[in-house]
Amino acid sequence: MFYCILCYNLESELQAWTREKEATVMAKQEAVTHTLASQGRLGPVGRLMPTTTAMTVRASREPLILDGPFAETKEQLLGFYLVDCKSLQEALEVARRLVGDTGALEVRPLATFYPGIGLQ
Amino acid sequence: MTDVAWIGAALTAARPQAVAALLRYFRNLDVAEEAFQEASLRALKSWPVNGPPRDPAAWLIFVGRNSALDEMRRRNKHDTLPDDDVIADGEDTESAMVEHLDSYAYQDDVLRLLFICCQPDLPATQQIAVALRIVSGLSVQEIASAFLVSEAAMAQRITRAKRAMTESAVAFETPGPVERAERLITVAAMIYLLFNEGYSASGGDAHVRVPLCEEAIRLGRLLLRLFPGESEIMGLTALMLLQHARASARLDASGNIVLLDDQDRGKWDRALLAEGLVLVEKAQRLGIPGTYQMQAAIAAVHARAARAARHRLGAD
Repeated sequence: MFYCILCYNLESELQAWTREKEATVMAKQEAVTHTLASQGRLGPVGRLMPTTTAMTVRASREPLILDGPFAETKEQLLGFYLVDCKSLQEALEVARRLVGDTGALEVRPLATFYPGIGLQ
Repeated sequence: MTDVAWIGAALTAARPQAVAALLRYFRNLDVAEEAFQEASLRALKSWPVNGPPRDPAAWLIFVGRNSALDEMRRRNKHDTLPDDDVIADGEDTESAMVEHLDSYAYQDDVLRLLFICCQPDLPATQQIAVALRIVSGLSVQEIASAFLVSEAAMAQRITRAKRAMTESAVAFETPGPVERAERLITVAAMIYLLFNEGYSASGGDAHVRVPLCEEAIRLGRLLLRLFPGESEIMGLTALMLLQHARASARLDASGNIVLLDDQDRGKWDRALLAEGLVLVEKAQRLGIPGTYQMQAAIAAVHARAARAARHRLGAD
């Protein structure tokens, strides 16, 4: 089963990270993704731009285009991993290894998956 | 060690909102700053043990406000406490505070805090210095080194600036649309001055002044998060991102300015460029032109031309 691991954290906090902190976090995540990749379990990984770049299209009689992210939440959706795991337990284990000092990871199984064309 | 890193970032990130809210409660900048300071000290003790709070800003406001009230009661029984309607619902809980933060009042709080740093009587450099101290929470030493002056001289400047701010009348009521728009323009100008203070440096100064640019960008993004539909704030943030993206290509090894045409475009920061380009496009959609958007649009043309040139050369 494919699991999506959605990364939530305070965007303002990430923007206050020092270079050292950023490097530490990245190194930790790369260690995990490297292992997953070598096991053939790592799908696409993405880091989203700040929510200030986001726009929202909301269904309406005429679709409504709004500035800003879909939801005004305390913690923002900042990125995602797609991982192949045998069980929920295994997916939770991956998330446990990825999680940092703050923020939250949502572990959510994929219902359908279309791999796309492998964007470069 | 890791604890200190995440707590430092959390405190820095929460600071504008927390100090701004405390300022609204107490209507006194010194009290607000001291309250935040006290709350930060308690956070350093509490957070490593209890883990990070869901909403660090709300935690800091709640703890800071209570500790400042305790301090007032203890220090001087003769001092009258602020009216109850000023310190709204003094008995509320932390969760009530969290709910209250969702009411968007903090947008105007943060804007007000930035705005009072922009005292028209103060020279621009003092406005910037005091904003770095109060809003960003940089130490006097950090600000002094970025401005290439002694710590004592900078401390004096900031004290003077704060005095001017305390003496000026600031409206604490929720601003109307016109007043809010005027505040945004003033604050945007101050943030861009801050950026330029870092950007215009050259030679040996350039390295130490990069934090000024980064801080200006952080404030720009903060303002844009609070006012997501403001095209000029999009323009301002885009302009700073597009210019800062070229920072490492702007100076040669001996610190001399390298002209745009001669810059090594491989050194440009692509993530910042991309973010800037998106914001330019987003702003243009709103159809309300302004000077920052105009300048950002010009910077965007240069950034896009660079990509075209690279394709022409067959690289990448």
